[in-house]
Amino acid sequence: MTTQKVYLDHAATTPVHPEVAKVVLNYMVKDFGNASSVHSFGRTTRKAMDEARERVADLINANPKEIVFLSGGTEADNLAIKGVAEAYKDKGKHIITSEIEHHAIIHTCQYLEKQGHEVTYLPVDEHGMVSPEDLLEAIRDDTVLVSIMLANNEMGTIQPVEEIGRICREKGVIFHSDGVQAVGSIPADVDALNIDLLSMSSHKLYGPKGVGALYHRKGIKLVSQQTGGSHEYRLRAGTENVPGIAGFGLAAKLAKEEMEERVSRISALRDKLQYGLMQAVDHVKLNGHPEKRLPNNLNLSFEYVEGESMLLNLDMKGIAASSGSACTSGTLDPSHVLLAMGMKHEVAHGSLRMTLGRETAEEDIDYVLEVLPGIVQRLREMSPLYHKETR
Amino acid sequence: MYNEKVMDHFNNPRNVGEINNPDGAAQVGNPSCGDIMKMEIKVEDGKIVDIKFKTFGCGAAIATSSKVTELALGKTVDEAEAITNALVADELGGLPPVKMHCSNLAADALHGAIQDYRRKQAERDDRNGKADKAPGSEGID
Repeated sequence: MTTQKVYLDHAATTPVHPEVAKVVLNYMVKDFGNASSVHSFGRTTRKAMDEARERVADLINANPKEIVFLSGGTEADNLAIKGVAEAYKDKGKHIITSEIEHHAIIHTCQYLEKQGHEVTYLPVDEHGMVSPEDLLEAIRDDTVLVSIMLANNEMGTIQPVEEIGRICREKGVIFHSDGVQAVGSIPADVDALNIDLLSMSSHKLYGPKGVGALYHRKGIKLVSQQTGGSHEYRLRAGTENVPGIAGFGLAAKLAKEEMEERVSRISALRDKLQYGLMQAVDHVKLNGHPEKRLPNNLNLSFEYVEGESMLLNLDMKGIAASSGSACTSGTLDPSHVLLAMGMKHEVAHGSLRMTLGRETAEEDIDYVLEVLPGIVQRLREMSPLYHKETR
Repeated sequence: MYNEKVMDHFNNPRNVGEINNPDGAAQVGNPSCGDIMKMEIKVEDGKIVDIKFKTFGCGAAIATSSKVTELALGKTVDEAEAITNALVADELGGLPPVKMHCSNLAADALHGAIQDYRRKQAERDDRNGKADKAPGSEGID
């Protein structure tokens, strides 16, 4: 019996769009020149890069000259945070971020703390939302950077970025946003949102892995974190990954063109899954903001059962999802994001994250609705917590 | 991440359930660490004639609980007490290093149930000892 395969982990990565894959292949085997070469092979790929740069800029309403290509979201976060910290260290050494950022931000901030910087980690409410008032209070004269993500990868909550950007602009503090999970999924206009630096990742929007970009507003100084040749405005040395960049560019163009349709179709399927599960299973809780969340994100906590065992059971049925449980984190701690929301450990352990994508079909949702309630029930019957609570 | 033996015990866990009036019972772990195991045993003539478990936890937690009950069933209480977490992990063909603490929990749950049994035995013997002064009466559990 062939098991139907349903991929619901798009927050982890996405399949490359078939049109994008063709482009990537082309720049690997046919138009393979080094973009810095003077000859026609180089000119061809230089042109491809220019086009990709325009396409990525267009997605976020930026100037192409403000786009720096690099290896991914993590590198963009590193360049933004370390780049600003080093460039403005004479102005101050205080950085403000939040407790729910991706590790690429948090661990980079912790690294800077060891170098003598001071970092304030803003708390979040039970929906995982940062408070602009908290930010206002935290800004000091020596604050050089605020870094708050556009939307969270774990529970999907979209942050009040426009207000945060406005506050930073008024206070004259540089505002970086980790847009890795959000860009390509929801509109992200760097001017409307007063964003100075924005991290983007190709493989979250149906582009290839190993490539991303940092939007870098003109006038903001950055110290390059990878030195060598003068590539990318001397901000990021290294022969450009033209296949990846060209692919990323097309993926960005398609994301912009398809965004409205994707948002409406995918959020309808997500809602069907959410309401279906909450009807079929009791003692289920939605994690993250009920409305201000990414259209493809569903994060639920199932009481009395543990995340990894749910994932294993789902995997056996061909369904791929993820969890904030400690057992899936490789450490003994559950997701720092869920804990920052004030979630009790056992609720975090029972969390299941399902993130839909452009290829997700209604039959996939129906299949999950058919399969998951039974899995939860079976695990509850094995759980010492279930009968104790419901007896 | 998990080998065939572990997955077998995860998919077909042995001895899931509860015992009516168990002779020994224990619950180990806590919600914070993400694994909770409850183990109950029935003992006759010093042998574990029935053992049941309930577990809240990951694949390794469920598999190790199942395996430890399989190892303990039919053994004398002394033999069962000698079952170690290393043995549980070995019998499962090994566990990923980060999951080894689950095998500790399984062995702890079994030992806890056995300790509870011994304690109850000691209490009963105490009562019987006192009741011997009044011939014909039985220890009340």
